[in-house]
Amino acid sequence: MFPTPLEKTSRQWQISYQVLLPIVLIIWLLPLIAVAIFSIKPDADFTNGNYWGIPSSFEMFNNYGKVFFESDMPRYLWNSVLITIPTVIGAVILSSMTGFALGVYKFKGNLPIFFMFIAGNFVPFQILMVPVRDLTLGLGLYDTKTGLVLFHIAFQTGFCTLFMRNFIRALPFPLIEAARVEGVSEWRIFLFVVLPLMKPALAALSVLIFTFIWNDYFWAIVLTQGPDSQPVTAGITSFNSQYRAAYHLMSAGSIVAALPPVAMFFLMQKHFIAGLTLGAVK
Amino acid sequence: MSTSTHRSWYKRNEIAVTPWLFLIPGIAMFALYVIIPIFQSFWISFHEWDGLGEKTWVGLDNYERLLGGDRKFETSFWNNLKWLVLYLLAIPMGLFISLFLNQKVFGIRLYKSLFFFPFVISQVVVGLVFSWFYLPGDQGLLNNVVGVFGLGPYNILGSPDTATYGIIAAGLWPQTAYCMILYLTGLNSVDPEQVEAARLDGAKGHRMLWHVILPQLKPATFIAFVVTIIGALRSFDFIAVMTNGGPFGSTRVLSFYMFEESLSEFGFRMGYGAAIAVVLFFIMLGFIGYFLWSMYQDEKGAR
Repeated sequence: MFPTPLEKTSRQWQISYQVLLPIVLIIWLLPLIAVAIFSIKPDADFTNGNYWGIPSSFEMFNNYGKVFFESDMPRYLWNSVLITIPTVIGAVILSSMTGFALGVYKFKGNLPIFFMFIAGNFVPFQILMVPVRDLTLGLGLYDTKTGLVLFHIAFQTGFCTLFMRNFIRALPFPLIEAARVEGVSEWRIFLFVVLPLMKPALAALSVLIFTFIWNDYFWAIVLTQGPDSQPVTAGITSFNSQYRAAYHLMSAGSIVAALPPVAMFFLMQKHFIAGLTLGAVK
Repeated sequence: MSTSTHRSWYKRNEIAVTPWLFLIPGIAMFALYVIIPIFQSFWISFHEWDGLGEKTWVGLDNYERLLGGDRKFETSFWNNLKWLVLYLLAIPMGLFISLFLNQKVFGIRLYKSLFFFPFVISQVVVGLVFSWFYLPGDQGLLNNVVGVFGLGPYNILGSPDTATYGIIAAGLWPQTAYCMILYLTGLNSVDPEQVEAARLDGAKGHRMLWHVILPQLKPATFIAFVVTIIGALRSFDFIAVMTNGGPFGSTRVLSFYMFEESLSEFGFRMGYGAAIAVVLFFIMLGFIGYFLWSMYQDEKGAR
């Protein structure tokens, strides 16, 4: 193990490590802690210039209540849900199929297709922006959740294919061959042999895509406008122009907007990290 | 009779046909929304177009204007370089934190999650959080902290000299967390026998790190490098949220400038925007080529 395990170090270092750990964490999370404090302060503290002192009253329920009941935030949040969940489902279905095709079969064009997916995944968004916006307008899907979902599914298929294909490649191939010898048709092999083995990959990808799409901002402002279809990342900016300098509400709104992926991360931590670090070890 | 020959044709070619059947939906979507738009952007960049009416062919005019002394383009380009170079700091910082956290003490798992979690928050929120952190005068927490040491107050986002660096620092926060988690996973799989052997040979500290540990962390470093480069060139959210390109346009990068030209109050100059996107694409293509080449070498080795 590197660095030297704590048990084998001097007593002094052991103690200082235990003391340092929480201090470093607090410094690391300082900007977030600041926002959390902002979000429970009353309005008056900001007008009186009491930005960082002790809150003159505890207004957590008041501030968050305003965000939930007196603003468009719930609509934006709901839009985010309606954009994120279908995207996760769509991208996972498409990429388990492409991943299966590229991971199991040897055929001409396998590697070029695989590399097309990887390369497309790295492309800057801006080179897609004008044509994709135009396409979405042409389909009559501009400023709809569907338009955004379709694009997200297509784009995420790149990364998901890379992920799925590598995962399927690591599965025991004799299993598939045995099924073939038994005369099982190929699509049944996919459904009943490969898919059940892919559960960890499906879980990891779902959490990752959920986070990516929930946090998307660029495509939200390119393809949608207004509270009818915009997700919460875009909504929070208009929320902020509505409550200009009302820091207590802006910070409460931001925390609400950030919460779903954070909750997802803490609930599905193992899968999340497994997905993110794919390929970080050999 | 005909059905049985039909079936036998499919049966005979099942293994050749199946992968294509599975690929068609994915390829179709990916082509429609990713591959074809790349070429369309190239095409649009040779036109003048407001996004609605007819396109007017202008040849290389957009590129001539862009590369022939467009001040905004120059600022954006240099800022992109700053982003690229400074963003890479996330890799050593992430490594450093992962080494600090790679211990087995009570509650360390929770510590690791809490260190990681800036990455899970959307960049929009991180941008907002940092813009409040940087608030000028005694409103911002940063000025309160440095004030204890008799420094400041600074107006980081208000001054063209510091604004870009302030935004990059905000971006480094989640990116460092990402690199940290990559290295933590990498450190988990470092071969303990090699470490012990090296220890017996008297290696320790930075020599151990450099000669024994880092070579084993190479896959993690590669991925950290890929995601950091891509992240640096994709920086858009932070700039849009924190400064909207200002003050005086000093924080623009190519991705933001492109958006501004194509879809903002300055009018819809799609052709010019597409030309900026193409330039950004070529910058990225250099890196993409390198990444693909490295992955291809791995693939060959795996066969």
